[in-house]
Amino acid sequence: MTVELLLFLALAAVAIATALGMLISRNAVYSALFLVLNLATVAVFYLLLSAPFIAMAQITVYAGAIMVLFLFVIMLLGAESLRPSNAMPWQRPLALLLALVLGAESIYLLVFRERPQAQVLPAEELFGSSEAIGTALFNQYLLPFEVTSVVLLVAMVGAIVLTRREKGE
Amino acid sequence: MVPVTYYITLSAVLFTIGALGVLIRRNPLIMFMSIELMLNAANLAFVAFTRTFTVLNGQIFVFFIIAVAAAEVAVGLALIVAIFRTRHSINVDEMNFLKG
Repeated sequence: MTVELLLFLALAAVAIATALGMLISRNAVYSALFLVLNLATVAVFYLLLSAPFIAMAQITVYAGAIMVLFLFVIMLLGAESLRPSNAMPWQRPLALLLALVLGAESIYLLVFRERPQAQVLPAEELFGSSEAIGTALFNQYLLPFEVTSVVLLVAMVGAIVLTRREKGE
Repeated sequence: MVPVTYYITLSAVLFTIGALGVLIRRNPLIMFMSIELMLNAANLAFVAFTRTFTVLNGQIFVFFIIAVAAAEVAVGLALIVAIFRTRHSINVDEMNFLKG
């Protein structure tokens, strides 16, 4: 009981610290590496919430594929930090204020207004396992699953078309 | 079992940090990473509520969100590369060439 709470608090501290590190660091490569660490801690949260399949998908797809793609593009465009431009000097304080309002609102709405049942039911043996996920995915959610493959195909074609050089150039 | 409220609070905090990142950073790559952070915070809330009510639908939804996020990143990074090729800069403040 207490061990799980301690684990949660330590990981939550790591998650928030890495998110802030991603936000603050000047170098885009450091930001990407901070985000990888953040995604890994969230994967551990998924394990704590008895969602092992989602945790593994998170590690492979997010921390693996997506962040490697990010790092490739950062290397391709040059990792140099952008020079600061003061196009809108009032923007940063306003953004901080709006983010504070958003955070307060969401915490109030999600935590204090909506009370989920205090007593969490014990999960069944197979809850969240790949077997249960696969059964639900290929029976109840078969059509969305197939549509996802079309979405991925369109994204692939779109990325190739966008980055293709024209013959004349 | 840690109360689900803690997970929801963490999710709200991470989402706020992501929104702040989109607002204050001028590097589109970091803005993209902030969007990923927000999607991830939403996923965390989904999984937390799934655990509370012990129905599997939330986890299926998270699976789809991860797939769509992968597609979105592929197209978005291709757009950034295309813009860099034509403008030799990726500062979002300088992307104003649609302005009349």
